[in-house]
Amino acid sequence: MCAEVEETLKRIQTHKGVIGTIVVNAEGIPIRTTLDNSTTVQYAGLLHQLTMKARSTVRDIDPQNDLTFLRIRSKKHEIMVAPDKEYMLIVIQNPSE
Amino acid sequence: MPVTHKTLVKSKQGSNAQSQQKPLAAKTAKVVSKKKDEDDGTEIGEGGDEWMHGKTLIKPPDQLDLTEAELKEEFTRILTANNPHAPQNIVRYSFKERSYKPISSVDQLAVHFFLEGNLLHRDSDEARRQKAKQGLPDEKATVVTETEDEKLETPGGGEDGAHSVDSKTGKKEQKLTNQFNFSERASQTLNNPLRERGCQTEPPPRASFSATANQWEIYDVYLEEMQKQEKNKEKAKAVPKKEDDKGKKKLTLVETQSDDLTKVAKVAKIIERMVNQNTFDDIAQDFRYFEDASDEFREQEGTLLPLWKFQYDQAKRLSVTALCWNQSYKDLFAVGLGSYDFTKQGRGMLVFYSLKNSTYPEYNYPTTSGILCLDIHPDRPYLVAVGFYDGCVAVYNLKEERPEPVYKSSSKSGKHTDPVWQVRWQKDDMDNHQNFFSVSSDGRVVSWTLVKSELVFTDIIKLSLVGAVSEGPEGVPPPTMACGTSFDFHKQINYLFLVGTEEGKIHKCSKAYSSQFLETYDAHNMAVDAVKWNQFHPKVFISCSSDWTVKIWDHTIRTPVFIFDLNAAVGDVAWSPYSSTVFAAVTADGKVHVFDLGINKYEAICQQPVVAKKKTKLTHIEFNPVYPIIIVGDDRGYVTSLKLSPNLRSKPKEKKGQELPRGPEVEIAKMEKLLSLLREPENSKGRTESWCQTDYGPQALDFRR
Repeated sequence: MCAEVEETLKRIQTHKGVIGTIVVNAEGIPIRTTLDNSTTVQYAGLLHQLTMKARSTVRDIDPQNDLTFLRIRSKKHEIMVAPDKEYMLIVIQNPSE
Repeated sequence: MPVTHKTLVKSKQGSNAQSQQKPLAAKTAKVVSKKKDEDDGTEIGEGGDEWMHGKTLIKPPDQLDLTEAELKEEFTRILTANNPHAPQNIVRYSFKERSYKPISSVDQLAVHFFLEGNLLHRDSDEARRQKAKQGLPDEKATVVTETEDEKLETPGGGEDGAHSVDSKTGKKEQKLTNQFNFSERASQTLNNPLRERGCQTEPPPRASFSATANQWEIYDVYLEEMQKQEKNKEKAKAVPKKEDDKGKKKLTLVETQSDDLTKVAKVAKIIERMVNQNTFDDIAQDFRYFEDASDEFREQEGTLLPLWKFQYDQAKRLSVTALCWNQSYKDLFAVGLGSYDFTKQGRGMLVFYSLKNSTYPEYNYPTTSGILCLDIHPDRPYLVAVGFYDGCVAVYNLKEERPEPVYKSSSKSGKHTDPVWQVRWQKDDMDNHQNFFSVSSDGRVVSWTLVKSELVFTDIIKLSLVGAVSEGPEGVPPPTMACGTSFDFHKQINYLFLVGTEEGKIHKCSKAYSSQFLETYDAHNMAVDAVKWNQFHPKVFISCSSDWTVKIWDHTIRTPVFIFDLNAAVGDVAWSPYSSTVFAAVTADGKVHVFDLGINKYEAICQQPVVAKKKTKLTHIEFNPVYPIIIVGDDRGYVTSLKLSPNLRSKPKEKKGQELPRGPEVEIAKMEKLLSLLREPENSKGRTESWCQTDYGPQALDFRR
């Protein structure tokens, strides 16, 4: 199981256009990253809050619903966040390469 | 004096003496000397019995002589505090009543003696002044008097001395003490030394806690409660299953102890799909929304738009030998990989792809032998039946983690001796076991049933060379078996199925009859690669072969209704799920041919090369049950997905459900007449007659008209 996950993460990292990957735990602390430390901490902190807010919004509207993923597309690149109960995965990709 | 004498006597007499004095002093008029006598007489008589027995009475000469009765007469004497000299009738003038009124009470005080003294109190002002004038001599005098006083007191030691000193200095503040019995004694209790003692406890550990109470949090808690309750109910019911539970508990424990990253699996999968979606964004958009507008200008023809291409690194050099869409998860399909080449037999692979992720398979199972066919169970989308080149069949359960199949046939349990060309799931039998059929080159059609952990096989039918059972002239028929290469079960009639053989014959069989065929069709000149019933029409089926032809049959007629020549060996043919007249075929020259008999009976409405390299042969084709796409497998191990353009998907104008089954029938009926004329030349074998060719099709008909 673990090896599979490692492989998946590796594939994501080497995918076309992907700039960086961050794995964040439930408290917002980054566990794994391919970016430098300061950027990682910044991304992790900000996106964690945003994801919690988004999730809260979705669930407030309908408690049986839950957030699957979050995409933030900006001029330069796209940030994709997939939250989970215990972990959160953040990927920054440049889609138009 | 008589008074003093009498004081020595008893108190009674003493009191008497005093009472005697009182009358003298008080000058009471009533008291007369005669009373003296009487008093003497009576009182002395009372108390004098003891003392004075021998006394004789001496009468003075001037004493009154009274009779005895008078002597015994008792006179009462009253002692009052009234002043006899006080007036009794003082009157005062009352202005209120304007008359003289007697005063109610008269002052009875009588002053007998008055003397003004010349003593001064020591502490009074006058006395102090005098002292101040006199000075020392007074102090000495006072000391003397005090020392006298002290002598009377019991010696008290130093304290007394101190007291005297004190008294010298502070005369004014002298204590009033008992002269006789005073002892100055002071004591002091021990002052306990004060000690300050404090105690400090460790403050309880604190942590700041903040939380929100949203609607969904409340919902979550309720959900957990419900689940707990349900678990409890289940535990209450399933008591004998304790061991299983323990086993499960162990499993769960192991999971939590393992690396944290396993929990990221699901999230990672989602992210991977998202990333792929971004990369192949245009394809995804095409898949969903693109409709070729130019189809309006092309009258009847359509095109195929290439979408995703699926390839797996480890599957290189293997050809796609089987394709199957999953009925429940419409974006999931299975690819069986192996090799058709007899000489190059090696390993195989079972790979599952999802349209959502075209770069990496969802599941993949490597196998020791090449796969030749597979089928996904229609009701249980996690069960996959696989037939191998070495004759085995296996069942995989996608839910389980391990890479081996759940069931596998072995040489003991009736595996085929030749490659298995086709497997198909059937409906569950009466015992609710899943079962599937397989057909193989060894001429057997076998039914396999999944009983607990085994595969139980049953031979359904044995394909013999000659169609019907026949015995050779020698009486012992040579046990020559035909080689089955494909089969298909009727959609509605459960027991009816078709088997295509290597000899080019198609047998119509029934599950009930194991030795006899219902019908045999002389279909092709070479092995029948695929035979498929029409999805709608109950009578029509299609077959294709390496003899370059695709034939459409009515199972009641022994000759084909339509024949199409595709100029290359046809690998596979498939009916479309949305129309009864549309089907597609793939050929060895890398082209996909799509036919719509409703539009054009003679030629394909789309012929399109799909693969880049010319030498790749297309081996399989499948329509997606829901989306307008087809997947095509080739002998390089690639699977290409293509979108059908609108012209290829045209539906009959009337209502779907009712009209479709009739559409081909109507057409078939139409064509019957035409084809009956064509039948004779068809029977001549296998060669592509010129007027049979699709190019000449219309011309031929015109001629025949």
